[in-house]
Amino acid sequence: MTDDPLWSVFVNACLINNFVLAYFLGICPFLGVSGKLATAGRMGGAVTFVMLVSSICAYGINHALIALDAPYLRLISFIAVIASTVQLVEMFIKKVSPALFRALGIFLPLITTNCAILGLALFQTNKGYDFAQCIAYALGAGAGFSLALVLMAGLREKLELARIPDVVRGTALSLLLAGILSISFMGFAGLGG
Amino acid sequence: MVDSFPHEETPSTDEFIKGLWRENPVFVQVLGMCPALAVSNTARNALAMGLATLFVLLMSNVVISSLRRFVPKEVRIATYILVIATFVTIVDYVLQAISLDLHKALGAFISLIVVNCLILGRAEAFASKNTAGKSAMDALGMGLGFTAALLSLGAVREILGSGALFGLPLFHDGFQPWVVMILPSGGFFALAGWLLLFNALQERRARLASPAAEPMR
Amino acid sequence: MNGIPAPAPAPRVWPMYRSLVGVGLLCGLLIVSVFELTRPVIQRNQAEALERAILQVLPEAVSSRTFRLVDQARFEALDGKPGGAPLAHAGYDADRRLVGLALEAQGMGYQDVIRLIYGYSFSEQAVIGIRVLESRETPGLGDRIETDPGFLENFERLDVSLADDLTRILHPVEAVKHGAKEHPWQVDGITGATISSVAIADILRRSTEEWIPRIHRSLDDFRVAE
Repeated sequence: MTDDPLWSVFVNACLINNFVLAYFLGICPFLGVSGKLATAGRMGGAVTFVMLVSSICAYGINHALIALDAPYLRLISFIAVIASTVQLVEMFIKKVSPALFRALGIFLPLITTNCAILGLALFQTNKGYDFAQCIAYALGAGAGFSLALVLMAGLREKLELARIPDVVRGTALSLLLAGILSISFMGFAGLGG
Repeated sequence: MVDSFPHEETPSTDEFIKGLWRENPVFVQVLGMCPALAVSNTARNALAMGLATLFVLLMSNVVISSLRRFVPKEVRIATYILVIATFVTIVDYVLQAISLDLHKALGAFISLIVVNCLILGRAEAFASKNTAGKSAMDALGMGLGFTAALLSLGAVREILGSGALFGLPLFHDGFQPWVVMILPSGGFFALAGWLLLFNALQERRARLASPAAEPMR
Repeated sequence: MNGIPAPAPAPRVWPMYRSLVGVGLLCGLLIVSVFELTRPVIQRNQAEALERAILQVLPEAVSSRTFRLVDQARFEALDGKPGGAPLAHAGYDADRRLVGLALEAQGMGYQDVIRLIYGYSFSEQAVIGIRVLESRETPGLGDRIETDPGFLENFERLDVSLADDLTRILHPVEAVKHGAKEHPWQVDGITGATISSVAIADILRRSTEEWIPRIHRSLDDFRVAE
């Protein structure tokens, strides 16, 4: 399993097993901020960035825990380290590049409790990826998340103008759209061959 | 929301009831969607996931509300996460000891209970301000509401998707299963269906109740 | 709320440390004790599940023993010691004679990785049973690799006999279209689940080509139990 080529890892995380549409990870931001295309793009960027950082951290922690022979601390240290890393990154960006900080806005703190981040850390550990594969996996998952978010936002912007029964408006409509998107993403299965 | 003094209210049934229906975490507040959709492809998985979440919610609510006077507010979120992650790890191991098959079916989603917004949300919104007894009632109500929602999603998906409930076949052989309901997209569709039902019910109730001055429970 | 912002009291650091460290210690204690309590049960469950899978793919066997490959050449009995990656499970009948081996293999399926265990019989020189341990194939289509009786029939006797020099398999396992199976080393595919059934055949071909010659070279290693 660990000899998958990097492109296959990337395609797998991005399209075939899209985090949002196949694993249902990160549904809350997916439904919450997919109203506008511009915000969706920025959120996607922020999530990809945090995924990359936390994937590297999780790789390090996992090796430390294996060395210590303490697998039972994995979950608690993953979540603690990811949460504090996000905080550190937030402070760092605020200091170094206020423009970027404003662009990411309120999304950074929200990301801490995004299940996609923790999910990524757990899956890459379960699959036993090496360092380069972890990076490819994180980038793929981030790209897949951004793709789903942007597609969704585009669809919802179009639907703003459509005439829809009141009962369907809101979350129910978004869920129906997500279901249809999820069916279409099934067409990508088999690419990782 | 001020801490009440010695004559604390007895944990009222209201804290319990509200999670079941009026503030149902999945159908009304739309919280904790990730596990709700991911593992609800059979009724058995959905029930197991619901009960695991109920346990974590109950324990962490009780612990957090009893610790609330000792933890400075600057580090409260960090403490909540520590407590929640502890109970999730415990559930993970206990479930492995009870049934390996079930653990395999739920996979990483057991660990992902940690980031279920429902649990952190109740800790911050309720348990950090109320007594242990009230928090326990709140957690029981919310947890059972969550379980019921998951179970209804899982039942719909399993009945339509494989023509069975809890693994028992329901229809005669001529039934052609709606495979789409077991696929990930089926999760979205089933939840959308339930939300539509709830919206329609609420709208109808609002229409019926509009002349009355007192809003109905 | 008097309009003048009161000077924020400097947050005291000591209570924060105290509560974080205290909660952390308590949590750690709790986790470790639950881990220690459940570990024997979990290990027993895992061992039982493995044993059941082994006996299912090797119907003649009544007991099994797990071996580890050492230095790419020799097999060493584990007997409860923690293993590592390349493992072979030997099955023995009631007279403690070696009847076959159960091997684990994995590969990419349609949706995600498929993991399976298969039984190899010495007397038949064939794969005599498989069981999928893990797969996320499409329900209703790809997951028929686990349930389709016609497909599973392929593996009741799938020929993997060796060439005379014992270094290679005479006819590597191959997948053919549904209904086109002519030889005992061919796997009859499932219509509508082509990629999944080809994936199973590929996994078996790669694993048998690697393992069966190696096992025959060091056959005596497994006989220790007799």
